[in-house]
This record gives sequence, C-alpha cells and structure tokens, in this order.
Amino acid sequence: MDFGISEDQILLEETLRSFLSDRVPIERVRELRHEDCPNDPEIWQSLAELGMTGILLPEQSGGSDLGLLDACIAAQSLGHAVTPTPFLGSAVMVPTALKNLDHPEIGTWLSGIASGELRFGVAITETFSVREGAGLTISGGKISGKAMMSWDICGADFILIASGQDRLAVVRSDAEGIGQTRLATTDETRCTSELTLENVECAATFENASESISRMLDAGRIALAADCLGACEAMIEQAVAYAKERKQFERVIGSFQAVKHMCAEMISELEPARALVWYAAHSFDAVPNETPLLACHALSHVSEIGREIASVSTQVHGGIGWTDEQNLHFWFKRIGVARGLLGGPQWLRERAATLQGLDKAS
Amino acid sequence: MDLSYGQKYEEFRMEVRSFLEENKPLQSESPLSSGRRQRLVEWLSLQIEHGYWARTIPKKYGGYGAEPDLLETVIMDEEFNRAGIPRGMSSQGPSMLVPTLLEHGSEEQRLRWISPTMRGEITWCQGYSEPGSGSDLASLQTSAKEDGDDFLISGQKIWTSTADRSQMIFILVRTEPDAPKHSGISYILLPMDTPGIEVQPLRTMSGDLGENSFNQVFFTDVRVPQVNVVGKRGEGWRIANTTLKHERNSLNANSEGTMIKLMRLMERETCNGVSAMASPVFRDRLMQLQARSMAMKFHAMRMVTCSLRDEAPGVAGLVTKLRNCQLNFDISSLAIDVMGELGALYDHTPYERDLGYWQAHSFFSLGLIIGGGTAQIQKNIISERGLGMPREPKPAKA
Repeated sequence: MDFGISEDQILLEETLRSFLSDRVPIERVRELRHEDCPNDPEIWQSLAELGMTGILLPEQSGGSDLGLLDACIAAQSLGHAVTPTPFLGSAVMVPTALKNLDHPEIGTWLSGIASGELRFGVAITETFSVREGAGLTISGGKISGKAMMSWDICGADFILIASGQDRLAVVRSDAEGIGQTRLATTDETRCTSELTLENVECAATFENASESISRMLDAGRIALAADCLGACEAMIEQAVAYAKERKQFERVIGSFQAVKHMCAEMISELEPARALVWYAAHSFDAVPNETPLLACHALSHVSEIGREIASVSTQVHGGIGWTDEQNLHFWFKRIGVARGLLGGPQWLRERAATLQGLDKAS
Repeated sequence: MDLSYGQKYEEFRMEVRSFLEENKPLQSESPLSSGRRQRLVEWLSLQIEHGYWARTIPKKYGGYGAEPDLLETVIMDEEFNRAGIPRGMSSQGPSMLVPTLLEHGSEEQRLRWISPTMRGEITWCQGYSEPGSGSDLASLQTSAKEDGDDFLISGQKIWTSTADRSQMIFILVRTEPDAPKHSGISYILLPMDTPGIEVQPLRTMSGDLGENSFNQVFFTDVRVPQVNVVGKRGEGWRIANTTLKHERNSLNANSEGTMIKLMRLMERETCNGVSAMASPVFRDRLMQLQARSMAMKFHAMRMVTCSLRDEAPGVAGLVTKLRNCQLNFDISSLAIDVMGELGALYDHTPYERDLGYWQAHSFFSLGLIIGGGTAQIQKNIISERGLGMPREPKPAKA
C-alpha cells in the first residue's frame, strides 16, 4: 500500500517548478497579458522539451507514456506559477480524446503535440453548457454552428470540437469559414474565444465518440482541479510569507491569532483536497469506473475551497493585496475563472448525484 | 501510487474476517455497563489470544507480542468496521494510559497495570482539565503535597469522562509549586475509591448521563504513595503531551459510515410527499459533504503512507482533527435540516428519526470540536508548528 506521489513525480515537479520560476516568473506573466494572446509559443516549445506536452502520449508518438497523476503534478505546477499555456487542452484533453480513436492523421497530430510543433484549441463547452444560441452540427464532413468559451484558439494549428454528447471533429484553424472572436476574461493567463463555423471542412470526424468525450472531460476536470490546487498553494505561501514580514502594532501580523487562524483554515482545507485530487487522477488509469464521480468531486471541491483561499489569502495582505502591483490577483482570477469551467461546482455535484442514481429518488 | 496490500496482507485480512464471522455472537456493544463486564473481559481476552487486540504489546505485559505493523492495524480497523464490531474497547485506559506507560512507566507499573487494563478488568479516567485550566492546561492548580512517602492531593478536575464508573484515574498534579509552570507537574496513578475523592456528574448539552458520562472530581487530602508517579517528579507535562498525542490520533473518526446513514435517511425522509433526496437543494449539500468525506478518507491513506515510508507528514499531519470534527458536525447538521420541524424531536419521543442518533451526533461532534484541544488551539498548532508562524507574544507584566 502506497498512497502518495513517487520519487519520479517529485523530481518531475521540482524540474518543472525550477524551469517556471526561472523562465516564466510573474514578471513574464505580467508582460504576456499585454500580448494579443497570453499563450507564448516559446513556453509551449520549452514544455515540449521538458517532456510535458507528450506526458500522456505513447512512446511511439514521442511521448513519455505517463499517467494522469503525472499530468496533474505538471498542471499543479503550472497553476502554482500561473503560467499561460494551452497545456490543459492540448496536452491533457486532446491526447485523451484522440489516442483511442481511429483516423490516419491521428499519429501525426499526437507526434506534433509531443514534439511541440502542434497546438490544439478545444471547443467542448457545449457538451455540458449551451448558452447564447451556441451549438454545432456535423453533416457530410462539414461542421457549422457556434462554440462559446473555446480555449486556446489563437495560435492553434487545429481545433478539437465536440458536437452534442457523442460526436467529435478536428478542423484546421485556418480552414475556410471559421470566425474567431477573442473574449477578454478576468483571468489574463487564459486564451478564450467565441468560434463561429460555416460549413467548415473537417480534417476528421468521429461518430459514437461519447466514451472519448467523457474520458476527455474527466481528465480535463481532474487536471483543472490540480491547476487550481497549485494556484491555491501559491496563494497560501504568499499570505504566510507576507504575514511573517508585515508589521503593525509593533508586531508581525502573523503573530496575531486572527491572522494565524486564517492561514490555518486555508492549509487545513488544502491538504485533504490534495489527497482527493491525487486519488481522482490515480483512478483515471487504475480504477476508471470510479473516475467520473471522483472527477466531479475533485473539481467542485477544489473550486469551493479555492474561492475561500483566494479571498482569504488576499485579505491577509490587506490593501496591498488588492493592487495590481502585488500580483496576487493573477492567482485569484485563475482560481475564480476555473470555477466556471468544465461544468462549475453546482452542475458537477448534480452530475455526481446522477452518477450514483440519487436523482431518481421520488 | 499502489493501493494493493499484497498477498501476505490479504491473507491476514481473511484471517481477521473469518475470526470475526466465527466470533460475532461474543461481541459486546456496551463495554462499560457493569452487567456485561465479564463478557467483555472474555471477548477482549479472546482477541488478545488471536492478536487482534493489544497486538504489539509485549507478552510479559499481557499483550500478543507482535512487531508493530501499521498495515495490519489498518486492516484490522477496516475489517472490524466492516463487520460493525467495535475493535477491542474504546476507553482512555487502552488508548492513552497504556501507550504512556509503555513509553514512560516503570517496569513495576507496566507489569501491574497494562494487562488488566487491556483485558477490560480495570477502567481508567483522565484527570487533566480544571475549571481554571482548559486550553492553558499547564496552569493547573491541583496540588500534591509531600507527606512522608506519600502525596496529599487537593483540588478539582473537570470534563472527566467515565469518572463515575472508573476504578482508576491518571492525573496531572502540581508537585513542585515553586518551579516554572511547565516543570512543576507530575503524572500520578491512583484508585478512585481512595478516601477524599468525590465525583459529581456534569450534565452535558446532550442531556446524556449514559455512555458518555461527564463529571467533576473533587480531591480533599487524598493520600497516594509517591511510587505511583509515572516517570520522574516534575516531568508530568512532557509525559502528558505524549498522551495527548495519542488522544489526537484516536479522534480521527472515519465519516464514511455516517455518510451512508445520512443517505439512507434522505431517501426515507419525505415532506409534502417528496423525499429529501429528490430535493436538488439537499442533494447539493449532500454532494458537498461526500466530497469532503472522500477527501478525508484519502488524506488518512496519505498519512498512513507517510508513516510506512517513514516520512514526516509536515503540516498535513496536523489538520486531521480540525477538519474531521467539523465535517462530522456538518453531516449531522444536514441530517437535522432534512427532518424539518421533526428535527426538534429528541429523547425517545414518537416520530423521532434514527432513535435520536442525529441530534446526539450533532451534540457529540460539537463536543469533539472543543475537546482534546479546541479548534482554536488546533489552529495555533497548525500555524505555529506547520506554517512556522510566530507565537502570540506574552503580554508585558504590569
């Protein structure tokens, strides 16, 4: 019995964190938010060199064939550093969806992701949330409609699009008939767009892909929970460090019980949530029948404690925490926006209940 | 990550399981009620003989004498839980005094007390808190004055569970009144029938004077031989801290069973012809609790792994009591909300649900949030020892 991360996983985390603090410090994140899109191709290329973009891909695609727990360690580090990157879509969700599907191009695409040459955007929101008249239809190898809140479309080579609950399509991002409108979000480390498609030629379509879609969404939910957990971790570290330095009433504020108890509350919520995310990620490869429920619980639970941690750790900083200059808001907003992605806590909990048949009660 | 136990442990699990199936009729649900004492002693002795109780206590002290093996402990806990049979007996003698004697007691004390305590022949209570010394336990004032080879103990203890039915007490007293507060305390064992001891029951908010009895204990010139001190005179604070550590470890109650009971209640409980489970609002709260309960379950597995790997768990090892106690309180809160106005019913009134379990559970878990180191003391420990934040400075003396 061994419930915990391995030495290799600790090494992976150390490697990635030292790369990020060196190459993508918060000063770099501040610069990137002024770009048209914060996803820096150089970061993606470096992540590929570190083996991160192919983390879930088989060796024949140039990947390292690791599990979702490893991918979550990476996601957690990226959240910890609020790194702008299409990792979640391109390195977690797209490989999960495509690697069990059949199409002659898939091998090329997956190798391209592993080597860093290709990036994918994802347009999957409508599988669980249809708003603003969005929705997509595939007919005769062509796709039409509108996708809201698509991820990482800028600079993507291909886009993975879901139509309904059981159909997937891959389109070239420069295919004729695609319209993209970048939507500004509170979280400036993400690239979010509205996508319109008019009779766009698909590079591939997949029927009866409901299993692939739900595995992709589960992997995405668990990795997003890990990203959010990493951001929470970073916020608590900053709050504790600040409380040990900042003096008021001739004492460091961290010696006041009011402040200490805020920090104790936050860390006592974070540590058990870490174990929940670990188990959810482990289940994805080891006990997949448990994964759908755990993915819901991991993401909704981390969203709940995340909102509190984001708020309280900002409050520990007092007024300075509310300024742009202090940078805390990058983490606050990363956590805040994650809450609405891939379902949102209320929807995820209702799904958790449905998966257990509890909604059938009369 | 490897959640299998391996063949050796799975065989051990099967042994435990078949032992429990064979001996189920022997289990005693109420270890402390006097009429069942003999059955309890027989049941505990049988468990010791097979190594399911007092497993790692050396044979010469009446134990089974196995090497400590955490996974065996986890498996025994799981299997007893699964069978719905309490493992051994839960009482402060086995859980707190015995580990303390093994660590700090004299050979004579170990030989005399451990075996009858583990067999349930002797019940112990714990005399720590005083009316003026709660969170600041080291300020305790119950005094023990030297009188020849004896001490004369005077003072008052409070929150003393099972004092009214215990034969013995382990108690903290001030033996060195002139020493600094932490180094003037000694840890002493004495019989509850010693002249000068008076026990007064203390009714709690649960109204319960049964299984979880609470008491105040008054001491007036109670004579106890000095050889009853555990460890050295003046070292009681350090020794008690090892005992408190054992208490905190024993408060890691698993909420899985309570969650299942809550789900059954929500399926049964109907209002306006609709069950609570059919209400999306209640279901949402249930799912929040289920996620928290799972997180605590996996957290416990992580902590076991830290011990197996001989790794320090760091701050993660300090948060369990705080989070589990709050979770248990929140679970009973949902159960009572689900009952609506009938949630008020108590004390074996008609229409009471689950025999009043949820109301009692709510009161009891509130007690656990406070007892064994309040939530606020836990947060001090988490922030100071876990996060390295500074202690509250002492106010300047006027």
